[in-house]
Amino acid sequence: MQFDLFVIPFNIGLFFILIYAVARSVLWFMDLSRPDKLRLQRGFFGRSFGQSIKEIFLESLIHRKILKANFRLGYMHMSLAFGWFLLILFGTIEADFFGERHLNPPYKAIFFKFFNPDHGRSGFEAVYTFWMDFLLAFILSGLVLAVIKRFSSKVVGMKKTTKLRMLDKIALTSLWLIFPSRLIAESLTSGAYGTGSFLTGSLGSLLASFLPANQLAYPFWWLYSLSLGTFFILLPLTRYMHIPTELFLIFARNSGIRTGDQSGAFREMQVYSCSSCGMCIDACQLNFSAGITNIQSAYLLKGIRNNESVSDIAHNCLMCGRCDAKCPVGIELTPIRMISRRAEEIGQVEKNLLKKYFPERKKLVPVRSNGQPSYSWLPAAESPNTEVLYFAGCMTHLTPSIKKSMVRILDASGFRYNFMDKDGGVCCGRPLMLAGQDKEARELINYNSQLIWKSGAQILVTSCPICYKVFRESYYLGVEVLHHTQFIKRLIEENLLKLNFMRVNIAYHTPCELGRGSGVYDEPREILQHVARLQKTPYDDINSLCCGGSLGNMKLGYKEKSRITRNAVSHLTKGNPEILVTSCPLCKKTFAAATKTRVADIAEIVAGVIARPPVYKKLPELQYTGDVHANIY
Amino acid sequence: MDNFGFTISKGRQIDYENNNRFIAEYIHEREPSFRSCIECGCCSATCTTGNFTRFSLREIQILIKRGENEQVRENIKKCMLCGKCILVCPRGVNTRNVVTLAREAFQKELKNAV
Repeated sequence: MQFDLFVIPFNIGLFFILIYAVARSVLWFMDLSRPDKLRLQRGFFGRSFGQSIKEIFLESLIHRKILKANFRLGYMHMSLAFGWFLLILFGTIEADFFGERHLNPPYKAIFFKFFNPDHGRSGFEAVYTFWMDFLLAFILSGLVLAVIKRFSSKVVGMKKTTKLRMLDKIALTSLWLIFPSRLIAESLTSGAYGTGSFLTGSLGSLLASFLPANQLAYPFWWLYSLSLGTFFILLPLTRYMHIPTELFLIFARNSGIRTGDQSGAFREMQVYSCSSCGMCIDACQLNFSAGITNIQSAYLLKGIRNNESVSDIAHNCLMCGRCDAKCPVGIELTPIRMISRRAEEIGQVEKNLLKKYFPERKKLVPVRSNGQPSYSWLPAAESPNTEVLYFAGCMTHLTPSIKKSMVRILDASGFRYNFMDKDGGVCCGRPLMLAGQDKEARELINYNSQLIWKSGAQILVTSCPICYKVFRESYYLGVEVLHHTQFIKRLIEENLLKLNFMRVNIAYHTPCELGRGSGVYDEPREILQHVARLQKTPYDDINSLCCGGSLGNMKLGYKEKSRITRNAVSHLTKGNPEILVTSCPLCKKTFAAATKTRVADIAEIVAGVIARPPVYKKLPELQYTGDVHANIY
Repeated sequence: MDNFGFTISKGRQIDYENNNRFIAEYIHEREPSFRSCIECGCCSATCTTGNFTRFSLREIQILIKRGENEQVRENIKKCMLCGKCILVCPRGVNTRNVVTLAREAFQKELKNAV
């Protein structure tokens, strides 16, 4: 049995991290709710297993999403993760194949060269050594990028990189030391024995020409083992915890577990899965338009991991969801932020080292800023019976042209409809939810639900994406909820609305709450292609910008908001469109103040091109008087 | 007493020495834009809540600045945070944050008193 004292640090680290990963996984599994446990069991032993393995290979090793978004950063992550994986894999095969016997302890593969310095002189052995050298070179090239990124993040194509804590720095140093120490140790051993391939062989013979290679190799083998051991032992306390956690997360997610608004084990798993890669920082408009660089999701998750107070970070966010769309790990960042807004984790920074490794779930204490229920002033809920209910929303009342256009479209459609908040209605509750006051929002939700139920409507149309999202997700209505773009699309499809074609160039801005928030991308675009020449912008669909007027941010001042607005509008109007079209009254209002281009809602565009006087079959109260819309205005 | 058809009106001076400016200072500190309010009343004109009930953000801002908190305490709970007032404010006051901070301050004041 080949053995040397220097392998002990590596062995301790390796067995520690393996046992720890298993223990932590069991704890997380126990913490899941019962339905989630069943989901995970079914997912693990079921069809999604293969999908999870594929995702682990593509995302955790190859880092496909980062590669797509930013090649240099992706290469850095890939060379370290995939390269290391291959090095271990082929190292194990090498030890098994060329070693003195089969089924070796893990350290044999890692320190193969030390125990078999004569290996790799000729034939197939030399080819294999070349391959191992190539893998090491692959990792080292990524490491060079990582070191450069730490000092100048622009090199890997990032504007900002994450800032680190002390413990993170120690772990980072040990990680950085692993591969150079392996390179030097292998080179010195190879130099002493005259083996090795293009990398270790040539560096080895160079070093051996003026250094006592055989004596010097031993301390470097110690360094290699020590840095590996240190890295493994510190791993659970640092951001490198994402390496084991991500595997578990992928299985859980593919089994169908979602965050929702639960602050349980799945949320904790996601918090630990963040590698602080910094993609969210680059995606954030607060960063590239307003110059605020300390509130991005990576910092939120880091704050939660380190038991810091994250209230300020959690509230200073537009909730546009751009980081969600960009996160390479697929962490549900916006739901996690919403949970942090609703309740704060109360706990002390853990001093006890053992407890740091197994942190207790902190108690979530609801933030109370509103006191007792406060909306007792709401009038009695009364609503006439109708087929289609139109809810304009607060913001639409600030942009009366949208309201008028919608009335015109609804009249033309021939549906029996009722304008629910014609004389001003009650807020939908989403702004309160965004401020973390769910209980208070419930009161408004109950009130509006009653109004909707009493009307007996089958379809609820709203003009405001903010209302649309909350109607769909937090109301339990049993009524079909449509945003007005979806409603208009349906009218066109069913031939209830005939439209002319406008010969103008238009650009479309996807509102956050409608696009990334609710997944409505196609309907607005299809309507616009139907009535005008739609331009492409670099910020279409999932990559769309926030207008800056977002109700999600409580802390942002007027100046920063208008900087974001001006920046966004300058990107959208680059192709000189005659009209900038959006489908959110809040976006319209915000943009109109920042640009000379005409800003209009889809409803206005559509109402402007209704082709012929519609036939009022189903509307007995309206009589045709020449000018069809005379009795509306 | 005989009713002569006229009364002595209540004193209308603002007693800054005795008024409690805790709420105002709490907000000033955390939301500096509160200072730039010119009490034009745009917020009250557009207010969703004000449509249904007697709630005026303009009045509330004035009263908080004077330190006459008692009338504000219950009234401020009526706000639905819908955010229309931010959009119409000509001075760029972050009104939603002002309301939230005021609620927070009342809550803190209550805790301090107990």
